[in-house]
Amino acid sequence: MRRILLALLYFLGAAVTLAFLALPLLAIFVHVSPGRLVDQLSNPVVTDALIVSLKTTLIAQALILLFGTPTAYLLASRRFPGRAACITLVELPLVLPPAVAGIGLLAAFGRFGLLGSTLGLAGITLPFTQAAVTIAVAFVASPLYIRQAIAAFEAIDPDLVAASRTLGAGPARTFFRIVLPMARGGLAAGEALAFARGLGEFGATIMFAGSLQHVTQTLPLAIYAEFEVNFDVTLAISALLVLISAALLLSLKLTLLWQPSEQTSRSRFALSSWS
Amino acid sequence: MATLRADFTLPLRTFELELALEVDRTVALVGPSGAGKTSVLRAISGLACPPRGRIALDGDVWLDSDRRLFRRPDERRVGLVFQEYALFPHFTVRQNVAYAGKDRADEYLERFRIAHLADARPTSLSGGERQRVALARALARGPGVILLDEPLSALDAHTKGTVRAELQELLRELALPVILVTHDFEDAAALADHVGVIVGGRLRQLAAPHELVDRPADAFVASFTGANLLRGKARPVDDDITLVQLETGELVYSTDRGEGDVGVVVYPWEVSIGRLRHEDSAMNLIQGEIRSVAAVGNRVRVRVGPITAEVTALSAEKLELARGGTAFATFKATGTRLVPLG
Repeated sequence: MRRILLALLYFLGAAVTLAFLALPLLAIFVHVSPGRLVDQLSNPVVTDALIVSLKTTLIAQALILLFGTPTAYLLASRRFPGRAACITLVELPLVLPPAVAGIGLLAAFGRFGLLGSTLGLAGITLPFTQAAVTIAVAFVASPLYIRQAIAAFEAIDPDLVAASRTLGAGPARTFFRIVLPMARGGLAAGEALAFARGLGEFGATIMFAGSLQHVTQTLPLAIYAEFEVNFDVTLAISALLVLISAALLLSLKLTLLWQPSEQTSRSRFALSSWS
Repeated sequence: MATLRADFTLPLRTFELELALEVDRTVALVGPSGAGKTSVLRAISGLACPPRGRIALDGDVWLDSDRRLFRRPDERRVGLVFQEYALFPHFTVRQNVAYAGKDRADEYLERFRIAHLADARPTSLSGGERQRVALARALARGPGVILLDEPLSALDAHTKGTVRAELQELLRELALPVILVTHDFEDAAALADHVGVIVGGRLRQLAAPHELVDRPADAFVASFTGANLLRGKARPVDDDITLVQLETGELVYSTDRGEGDVGVVVYPWEVSIGRLRHEDSAMNLIQGEIRSVAAVGNRVRVRVGPITAEVTALSAEKLELARGGTAFATFKATGTRLVPLG
């Protein structure tokens, strides 16, 4: 009797949790007809936001890959004083409230900011431009990639790197032929997470870049801006973002599934806390 | 034939590795785990950088701390075979070998009889096959020195015998300086012309295997070569004979000289086993309980009290040796060595 009661309790708990998580997502799609949702996607507010979002996110991702990969490799493969502090610094934006990140970016790159005044002298103004959106996205999304990349690089057997060196390969050939291919599953996973996080960025962007249609208004910002103007548009954008997020998550899971087990086993564990 | 000369110190976590070695044939470094054996290979291959020393293959200097010269691993002509082989899992067998030398990959695949595995992934190979890939890959680079880290430890007992024989032949054919590291004295004696016993980062003794057996420098070397080591206190009886009172109480005569705390070294094959006490020329007799009887190939190892003897399977059967019974172990005074303890 008690065992049946306990099983019922488990079942009830799971049912409530799953329903709670699924309901808002479902509501987006059932509130208006699919036809109207598709119609709303041609609204200039939506197309402008989509273009701004894709452009800034893609540039931010390129920057994250370009700078984050060597950073992660350095932190993963070298032991030096201050390494732990560096890793904490890299992870800090993860736990930082987005509004604080926005203020921080303004204080650094704003017109009267730490670097902003110097940039101003050179004729560069960052806040409230697309560059500002890109910076905000890179700031909040990079930790997801770098964290994952460190785990992926650390999971590589150091003997393989050593073997490559004794077989006559220099550091560059070793990195591109051995290290990078072996870490690629973990790197792709981190990149997918960073992409999803960047696409959804809101708080830091609105503080640092504002919400100007066609210039800095990304998809999440458009949802907020259109909320009291045209609810159907906000629903359409939301539906679009749900689909993109789901696709990202699915492709992420598939890349991990296709990884030969000995390559990224450790990074898969690291990922489980995020996916 | 080329000669590798290495003389360096390398600080490790708990002690300093200090080594001077000249290798023109095959040298095996044996010792307990954590003795610094693998670090020797890392230093020679350039994976570790000794702060002081000199390493050179004939006139080709790889490390010279006086001249602040350090050649990176990829600039040294070494073929290092890792203990777990370190094959690249994302490459096929052919790609693994070609990574070290594109032009000669197929030649080495043939030579090591792994051509039929060329397109296989390393993870699908057996231990013996993996080792052949690792050897082919190391040689495809055209090394001037071969370094083998525990070449047989990753193999099961069944494969080990075959692989050891193959390796023996290969090392003879190659005619290159070879340093191999192992914790097994028997493997070392089978594969190498010279065996160096290394403990705590120091080379205790470097000699031909039979010399290590005949004249171990100290107690550790003796026990490592498989000898019985009986601790005791020695006092000379006359010019020719020393009497040792063992810690376990028995008295043992030796033709070696010694005084004070010593180790009596006696090899298992020098010890005879009997069920009855009988008089013969052997001066040493230890009575004790048979503690274990274990077959090793065609021989049987019998432990009587503190001492292990090796007898033929036939005599073990004839004497009806079994655990728990009493037996007498006898050995000649001339069959013992006295070594300092340490």
